[in-house]
Amino acid sequence: MIFRPLLLPLLLLFAGPLAAQEDDVTTYTLDNGMEVVVIEDHRAPVVTHMVWYRAGSADEPPGQSGVAHFLEHLLFKATDDLESGEFSDTVAAQGGSDNAFTSYDYTGYFQRVAADRLELMMEMEADRMNDLRLTPEDIVTERDVILEERNQRVDSNPGALAQEQIRAAQYLNHRYGLPIIGWRHEMEELDMEDALSFYDLYYSPNNAILVVAGDVEPEEVLEMAQEHYGPIPAEDQLPERFRSTEPPQRAARRLTFSDPRVAQPYLVRSYIAPERDAGAQEEAAALVYLAELLGGSPFTSELGQALQFDSDIAVYSGAGYDGISLDSTTFTVSVAPQPDVTLEEAEAAMEEVLASFLEDGPDAEAMERIRTQLKASEIYARDNVQGLARRYGQALTSGLTVEDVQAWPDILQEVTAEDVMEAARGVLRPEGSVTAYVTPETQETAAAETQEETQ
Amino acid sequence: MIRILLALTATLWAATARAEIEVQEITSPGGIDAWLVESHEIPFVAVEALFAGGASLDREGKRGAVNLMTALIEEGSGDMTAREFQRELERLAARFSYDVYDDALSVSARFLSENRDESVDLLNQSLTDPAFDETAIERVRSQVLANIRSRAQNPNDIASETFYREAFGNHPYGSDISGTLESVEGLTRDDLVQAFDDTVVRDRIHVAIVGDITPEAAGEMLDEMFEGLPETGPELPEEVEVGIEGGTTVIDFPSPQSVAFFGHEGLERDDPDYFAAYILNEILGGSGRQSILMEEVREKRGLTYGVGTYLVPKEHAELYLGSVSSANDRVAQAIDVIRAEWAEMQENGVTAEQLEEAKTYITGAYPLRFDGNARIAEILVGMQFTGLPADYIETRNAQIEAVTLEEINRVASELLAPEELHFVVVGQPEGLGETN
Repeated sequence: MIFRPLLLPLLLLFAGPLAAQEDDVTTYTLDNGMEVVVIEDHRAPVVTHMVWYRAGSADEPPGQSGVAHFLEHLLFKATDDLESGEFSDTVAAQGGSDNAFTSYDYTGYFQRVAADRLELMMEMEADRMNDLRLTPEDIVTERDVILEERNQRVDSNPGALAQEQIRAAQYLNHRYGLPIIGWRHEMEELDMEDALSFYDLYYSPNNAILVVAGDVEPEEVLEMAQEHYGPIPAEDQLPERFRSTEPPQRAARRLTFSDPRVAQPYLVRSYIAPERDAGAQEEAAALVYLAELLGGSPFTSELGQALQFDSDIAVYSGAGYDGISLDSTTFTVSVAPQPDVTLEEAEAAMEEVLASFLEDGPDAEAMERIRTQLKASEIYARDNVQGLARRYGQALTSGLTVEDVQAWPDILQEVTAEDVMEAARGVLRPEGSVTAYVTPETQETAAAETQEETQ
Repeated sequence: MIRILLALTATLWAATARAEIEVQEITSPGGIDAWLVESHEIPFVAVEALFAGGASLDREGKRGAVNLMTALIEEGSGDMTAREFQRELERLAARFSYDVYDDALSVSARFLSENRDESVDLLNQSLTDPAFDETAIERVRSQVLANIRSRAQNPNDIASETFYREAFGNHPYGSDISGTLESVEGLTRDDLVQAFDDTVVRDRIHVAIVGDITPEAAGEMLDEMFEGLPETGPELPEEVEVGIEGGTTVIDFPSPQSVAFFGHEGLERDDPDYFAAYILNEILGGSGRQSILMEEVREKRGLTYGVGTYLVPKEHAELYLGSVSSANDRVAQAIDVIRAEWAEMQENGVTAEQLEEAKTYITGAYPLRFDGNARIAEILVGMQFTGLPADYIETRNAQIEAVTLEEINRVASELLAPEELHFVVVGQPEGLGETN
């Protein structure tokens, strides 16, 4: 409580820079439906050029898990104007860097170059939006590459394998239950036709968002975008974005993932949770506080204090929530117990923390500290213009608008303790949860050990 | 201002790309040197400090002491407990982090202009009066032990640790900075206090400040930030030979994919051939553009998701390292390709075209690094640690441009030694015999 009076002047001071930040963002829509977001930051002569498609792994047809990501790799092959690999070589010849990423709701491509090279990037990115020329060899070698990527990122990582099982159990009907990289047996069967039909349908200006961030003038960006992206025809067959949605979840699910490579056993509890929706971000904002309150800082959060300070139950505890998602997202809590503590004991202790939080509600000082931190995050975020660009790209491919992105910091500031409690009661329901134990022990050896102990 | 200047010079950019930052070399009233870049657009300051020495200052039998000590700096100081310290940090919305590496301990701080004085006081308290409270020691020790157990099950960590052990034996470089389960379990509070006194000392400090602050205020801030540090610490370790020989070490690990960590001796950062070697690595296995190894191993054959090489000039030894992961039945082929390309490059070197392309990339990419206060502070403190002058930012590209084809190919023949490459392979590789 002694800290409270100091907070008020802080709030007033921050109002200025936050308002100015919005002035640095300009938006347009081209005639063919392509949205354009320009974020100005003139501190360094650098620009980030990004094209985001509203197409991710959750938009894939049945039986083709991984095709969105496969196509992302294939976009670096030849077009009618560029040879295979020439795109990246050209970016590199300008001293720039480029890459791409695929998620559940979007696929994005970006280049970071000197600001006066922007037009070249647009020319090449516009070219590969429509004119990809794949060969059968591209399909064979690049499919091997994505299988190696799966080997590296997932199959070599027991935590990632466990995560696949947790999501599969969490989503009863939604494609979010399938891994972005794909199930191996379906990846192995991906072919040219799969890649091209996804490409032809979704890689269109009316399904794309251009984000340009850095040392640029908005009108000049618009002019260039009209010249390079403007002539690409809109896709009139573009379907309304529709996925199979989640039914009410009625049963708590539990699973044990065993892998001898697990060095540190842990448990994860995942709850189905609402996402940020256009014009309705308040509940998601409350869940941001809930995640921070329960497991944000190991020093000051409820789980951290109870399991790592007031007792010796855990070596790690945390909570996580990411509200940017087109459809229902998840809220997670996790605990890694000390060596002499079982997963069952850790879970019981975690339950106790959740129950007493639902009983007592948030600590008022903690609410204010989080509020201050979230406000400061906006100032620190301005130091990273690429991060700001990602923020807009993610939001606009996940059902939000520019106005939603700009309203978000204020909505976060207005969250009350009552909002947090209401959101907590809505989300922390056993029926919507999956509880997973990740352990090196097989169920048989675990059972045998328990028997030995009882004998 | 920058914009107008650029509009006039835009057409010249290919040849004259420059990072447009002005580094001021300042000395505080109390005598602490630092580099400052003023940037008043955003109301915060980024400070990066490096204390040379880092985990290499672990005393004999106390491996992991500096690492555990570093993790405890944020766990309470002055009369604040860990929780009180963190609450105060949250209240100020400041962000401090303390990390340790083989040769340095780093302190990164970001704080709002508005809270500068209080934030600096808090940082000073953590650097001069850490509590090393017994319960905090036990809590953090258990976290470090959990990390060590996890590393023991991670194929990448197993591979690199094995390589370093074979290369450096008992020198601090021969083991991970976290220490072993045994060494960390044996550490006492006195060991941690000793590690702190050895490491966080004034005459080994490098500082960079970037953001919303004037030189005068920065000078005062430096004195407040580091007031009370001991003047100096014990000697740094001696140079050490890279003791690994060509061959292959295979470590059985249940995984569908094998991880290979490989390398041989490299060259010093202040070696006159360093720029040539830097360009050479960019062409052979660098990460900035399509390297020869990525082309041959990934693009042409689909043997991996990623392969890369890097020069690692440490303070007391130099390595040239790389890594690749590939399915168990394909990793032997990936290794064959890497060895063959290594030999090809040693014998025939690069072409004039490859050299020009690499130079274009390297010189063009350089100014793009300087795009944020925190990022610039990191780069500047790294330059000081490496012994580079502040005007290096202006001369660096010219030094890259000056490397000739003869020079780079002489360096290729001298540096690359395919028969000395040692591969540590972790997994269940097929058709790969252990040698040496």
